Amino acid sequence: MLLLLLVPQISDLTGQAYYIGFFTRVVAFAIAAVSLDLILGFGGMVSFGHAAYLGVGAYALGILLRHGVTNALVHLLVAMAASALVALLIGAVSLRTKGIYFIMITLAFSQMLYYLGVSLSAYGGDDGMSLPARSDFFGVLDFASDTALYYFAFGMFVIFFWISRHLVMSRFGVVIRGTKSNERRMIALGYPTYRYQLLAFVISGAMCGAAGMLLANQALYVSPSLMQWSRSGELLVMVLLGGMGTLYGAAVGSLVLMILEKLLSHVTDHWPIILGLILVTVVRFAKRGIFGWLTQTRPAHANGKKDG
Amino acid sequence: MAEALLHVQNLTKRFDGLTASDGIDIDIADREFHAVIGPNGAGKTTLVSQLMGELEPDEGTIKFAGRDVTRASANARALLGIARSFQISSVFPEFSAIENVSIAIQARSGHSFRFWGDALRDPAICEPALAALEQVGLADRAQVLAGHLAYGEKRALELSMVLAARPRLLLLDEPMAGMGNQESVRILRLLAALKGSVTVLLVEHDMKTVFALADRISVLVYGRILATGRPEDIRVNQDVRTAYLGDSGSA
Repeated sequence: MLLLLLVPQISDLTGQAYYIGFFTRVVAFAIAAVSLDLILGFGGMVSFGHAAYLGVGAYALGILLRHGVTNALVHLLVAMAASALVALLIGAVSLRTKGIYFIMITLAFSQMLYYLGVSLSAYGGDDGMSLPARSDFFGVLDFASDTALYYFAFGMFVIFFWISRHLVMSRFGVVIRGTKSNERRMIALGYPTYRYQLLAFVISGAMCGAAGMLLANQALYVSPSLMQWSRSGELLVMVLLGGMGTLYGAAVGSLVLMILEKLLSHVTDHWPIILGLILVTVVRFAKRGIFGWLTQTRPAHANGKKDG
Repeated sequence: MAEALLHVQNLTKRFDGLTASDGIDIDIADREFHAVIGPNGAGKTTLVSQLMGELEPDEGTIKFAGRDVTRASANARALLGIARSFQISSVFPEFSAIENVSIAIQARSGHSFRFWGDALRDPAICEPALAALEQVGLADRAQVLAGHLAYGEKRALELSMVLAARPRLLLLDEPMAGMGNQESVRILRLLAALKGSVTVLLVEHDMKTVFALADRISVLVYGRILATGRPEDIRVNQDVRTAYLGDSGSA
């Protein structure tokens, strides 16, 4: 954690300015993974289309910048509102289904958005679009500086993480977790579970949209590839690798996965094979993921699997 | 009989040619202890599921406390005061016993669109939850994960959750099925204590329990009500004896 705070300084010292950008992306993906864990690890909703919200958030930024809106706060709010709206529509339909159908329908929706991105020729279509500049934070923070953007992203991560921690412990969180555990019982107790799940889905989507806005800011580039289904898979892997239902796990998972990808791709072009082996090992031997394995205690009401 | 709390008329449910409920009429008075008995496959659980709102009937009406709830969702009925236990205990295995009851209590204390605060440590919920566990003799198991409880304890826990919701009508689907002797004695005592304070519809195989507790008994055979009456009437009813109790009249 402390090391993450010092990323820009370390980056300066080592003369590898590249690291700041990399870790900005790590932090943004950590936000996305935490948002996914919120509904996956706590709500049992296996969204296989979470990259869609990254895309919506990124495109919100791109389109606003294209039309001369430069304020970061406006970017953030619009990115989150747009993602929330998309999540509301997707969730309203998807949450009528369960299990494998839910997985497939969320995937289908994200593919629709992917192809929508491809067809948006005014905004780059298949090639995507380069952004003229980064968001501007009331002239106080200049995101043209990688350091400022990094700290902004890091601050957002801390805020979202803190909100999520509270959310899962609250009454609302209890309903979400209870529904994952035994929906039939929840309904028989009087909970209209659909409404609660839908709101969780929307909150998760909005948070993921913020991550998309950060990613686009970092890369100064927006393209449909952000919404590819493999990206959604990557987010799922981050959560599984780190450990579902802990929030910490999602953050650890995104950090580990991205570093592994980076390191392994230096070693061999066939790095996905090694990554796959590592993932299988983790899932086989540390069912609660890296974070669960590191802490070795049962996180309160947060284990991924049903017992007995 | 006073105005019935539950008024069921001509309830019919078909599954591909099998008529699981065949024009069922039942009236249950407020605070009555009503038992439903019948052989396996008579449609007892189907009846309970329709009363709870988990299954939609093909025909007929269900009125609860004067309201037509035939098309009301299960969660809406729960909030009106109907609660059920399942034949296979339905608890939250990843939560501790006391948390299970807390979730039940939270359901009845307003909406849950509250996003801050540690809900399961809220004394306003924990204290009544512990009291509910005491009622079924599980207080010393409060911190054990429900998934790790013994079979009978799970049943007791579910009963305690259902009671904690303070229902007006309790639908109990074989609460003692598969229980050990000691455990069923405990549940039996609890049911006896409930009698008169809450309306109960009990589906049960154990004839001793049924005849000891019920104010009235309905006999369900092939989806039809064969007879309804006081235990002493049911015991001597010739139709019931041939169809269900067996001519030996072991009850």
